Amino acid sequence: MSASYTGQKSYYGDGMAQNIARRRRHGRVWHILFYAATTISILALIVLLLNIFNAVFGFVLIEDEVPPTELAPGGDLESLSQGELISLLEEYLSVGLIRRFNFEEPLAERSVTDLAALVQVRIVNPTVIEAWSLQESLFQSDMIRAEHAAHPGTRVQFRSWLSARFLVSPQNPRPQLAGIRTAFFGSLWMIIIVIVVAFPIGVAAAIYLEEYARSEIWYNRIIEVNIYNLAGIPSIIFGLLGLAVFVRALEPFTSGTVFGGVDPTTANGRTIISAGLTLSLLILPIIIINSREAIKAVPSSLRESSYGLGATKWQTIWHHVLPASFDRILTGTILAISRAIGETAPLVVVGASTFITVDPKTLFSKFTTLPIQIYQWSARPQSQFRNVAAAAIVVLLVLMLSMNAVAIIMRNRISKQRRI
Amino acid sequence: MSDPTAQSGKIDFSPKPRPHEVAIRIFLFVTAAISIVITLGIVLELVKESWLFFGDPEVSLWEFLTSNEWQPVIGKFGIWPLLSATLMTSTIAMLVAFPLGLMVAIYLSEYAPDRVRAILKPVLEILAGIPTVVYGYFAVTFMTPLLQSIFGNDIVDVYNTASAGIVMGILILPLVSSMTEDALSSVPRSLRAGAFALGATKMETSIQIVVPAAFSGIAAAFIVALSRAVGETMIVALAAGAGPNFTINPFEGAETLTGYIVRISGGDISYNSVDYNSIFALGLVLFIITLTLNFISRRIVEKYREVYE
Repeated sequence: MSASYTGQKSYYGDGMAQNIARRRRHGRVWHILFYAATTISILALIVLLLNIFNAVFGFVLIEDEVPPTELAPGGDLESLSQGELISLLEEYLSVGLIRRFNFEEPLAERSVTDLAALVQVRIVNPTVIEAWSLQESLFQSDMIRAEHAAHPGTRVQFRSWLSARFLVSPQNPRPQLAGIRTAFFGSLWMIIIVIVVAFPIGVAAAIYLEEYARSEIWYNRIIEVNIYNLAGIPSIIFGLLGLAVFVRALEPFTSGTVFGGVDPTTANGRTIISAGLTLSLLILPIIIINSREAIKAVPSSLRESSYGLGATKWQTIWHHVLPASFDRILTGTILAISRAIGETAPLVVVGASTFITVDPKTLFSKFTTLPIQIYQWSARPQSQFRNVAAAAIVVLLVLMLSMNAVAIIMRNRISKQRRI
Repeated sequence: MSDPTAQSGKIDFSPKPRPHEVAIRIFLFVTAAISIVITLGIVLELVKESWLFFGDPEVSLWEFLTSNEWQPVIGKFGIWPLLSATLMTSTIAMLVAFPLGLMVAIYLSEYAPDRVRAILKPVLEILAGIPTVVYGYFAVTFMTPLLQSIFGNDIVDVYNTASAGIVMGILILPLVSSMTEDALSSVPRSLRAGAFALGATKMETSIQIVVPAAFSGIAAAFIVALSRAVGETMIVALAAGAGPNFTINPFEGAETLTGYIVRISGGDISYNSVDYNSIFALGLVLFIITLTLNFISRRIVEKYREVYE
C-alpha cells in the first residue's frame, strides 16, 4: 500500500516539482524587475542632482582685458596703496566715468578693498570665455590644457558658480556677473502674499466644510467636488485666469495707479500683487484639502466635551478644534507654499519681467522669481548661463527642502506628542 | 391643581439668538464659496476670450478642429500640430512612468522591508517636490545630450519631444507610484493570506490577487497622471521645441499646447489681438481635456471600487 502511495506521489510530485520550480523562477525574475524599477527611480533622482552639481563647480577659462600682473606686482591689487589705485583708475578710465564715481562716493574716501574691486571690474574686466563642468574638470584636464594653450593671454581658474556674490548681485547680461538678488526678493514677496491671502481663506473654508457644512445639501456638495476639480487643473490655466482678471481687468488696482505713487504712463498690471494673487488662487485648493485633513483628525470627543460645558459652536472651534489641529494645518500649509515657490508657468503667463535689476520694493513693482530666472537662464543659448541656472537651482532646492524639512520635523513632533 | 407644565413653559428653551455666530458662519461659507468663484472665473474668461477668438474673421471653428497647420502669421489656426505634440509627450511620459511606477509601487507595498520603505517613500516624495522647471533644465542639459549621443546628432534634434516626454515620465513617476501604492496597501491582508494558503507564490499573489483587487485605484492613478502630463508646461517649454510641428517623429521638435501658451504670453502680448485670444482658446481645450480626465478617474473609483469588510 505504502509503496503504491509513494509511487503515486512521485508521479504527481515530478510535474508539481517542475511546476513549482518554474513558478519560483518567475517569482524571482519579477522580484528582480520590481527591484530594478525602484533602483531606476532612485537613480533618476541621483542623476538629476549630480547633473546640477556638475554644472555648479568647474574650471573656467578667463580672459582679462588688462592682466592684473601689469597693474600690480604679483597681480595682487589689494597690495597697492589707495593713491596708486586711484591713479590706475584715472589712467585707464574716461574722465566722465571718474566724475560719476566721485559723485557716487569720492574715490579718495573709498577703502582699498572697494577701490581694488572697482579696478578688478572696470580695468581688469575678466570675461569667462569657456566653462567646464565638474566632471570635465576632474577627468579631462588634457582637453582643458589644450584649450588654455589655444587661447594665449588667458588663465584657468576653478570657479564655484554658487557664491556669496551670486546671492547678492542683481541680474546681469554677462553670466559671470549675474546673480539672483532680485529673483530671491521676488520669491520672498510671493511667499508673503500667499501666506496673507491663501492661508486665512483656505483655513476658513476648511473649517466651514468640516465643521458647518452638511454634505446632504446640494451647494455644499458642489463646493466639495469643485475644490477637488480645482486641485487637478493645470497651473498654466490659473496663469491665464490671472492674466485676464488681475493683470488686465483689475489693472488700475494691480498696477497701483489708483493708489498713486507710481508713474501711470509706464505702470501696468504685470506686478508682484497680480502674481502673488494668482499663486494664492493656485494653492488655495491644496491648503483647503490639507487643512480639512488636519481638522478631521481632531477627535469628536473633544468637541462634545466642549459643547457639554455649554460652549457655542464657534467657541468650540476657536478654543479647542483649531488649537488641537493647528500644527497639522501649518504643516500642510508649508507644503503648499513650497509648491507655490517652485511654480513657474503661471507666473510666465501673468507676465514676469525678463530683465530687471532693481529690488522689488512695493506690491506694484515689476517682478521675477527664482524659478523664472532658472527658466530664462536655461533657455539662453550661451552655455555659461546653464552654470548660472544650476547655481540658482541649488538655491531654490535648498529653500524648498528646508521648508519641507521644517514641515516634516513638525509632523514628527506632533505624532510623538499626540494630545488625545 | 397646579399645572407643572404651565410653569416650565415659562422657561424659554428656544436657542438664544447669537448674531455673531451667524455672522461667522456666513463669513466661513463665503470663503468656501470663493472656490466656486474661481472656477466660474476660469470658465468665464476662457469661454469669453475663446468666443472672441472664433469670432475673428480669420478663424473658423471647423478649421481649428480639423486643420493640421498652426501658423498665426498667415492666419492658419489648426490645433492638431499642438495637440499631437501634447499627445506625443504625454504618451512617452506615460510609457515611462506607468510601468515603472506600478513596479515601484508593487515593490514598496508587497516586497520591501519596513526599513527600506521608510527610506524610499521620503525619497520619492522629494522627487515629487522638485519644481518642474528643474526637470526642464534636466531635460535640456542631460536627457537631450544623452539621446543625441545614443542615436546621433543628425537624428535627434536639439529640441525634441522624446527628451521632454522621458523627463516628464520621471516627473510623474512618484505620483503614479504613491497613488498606486495607496491602492495596493488598502487591499486587505486576508486576501493575500488566502492566496498564500492556496499555495500561491509571492509574485502570483501580488500580480494575480492584489493588483486586480486594487484595479480601480491603479486606473485612477493612471488617469490622474495622464492629466498631469497633459497640463505639464515647463519641461516642454524648455525641451520640446518652440514651433508648431505636425509630426510623429519623437526626435523632432514640436510645440505643445502648454508650450505655445507660455511662449506667446511670455513675450509682450497686446490685448484684443488674435494671439492673445488664441492662448485662451487653447487653454479652454486644455481645461476640457484635464477636467474630463479627472472626471473619468473619479467615476472609475466610484464605480469599480471593491469594498471590503
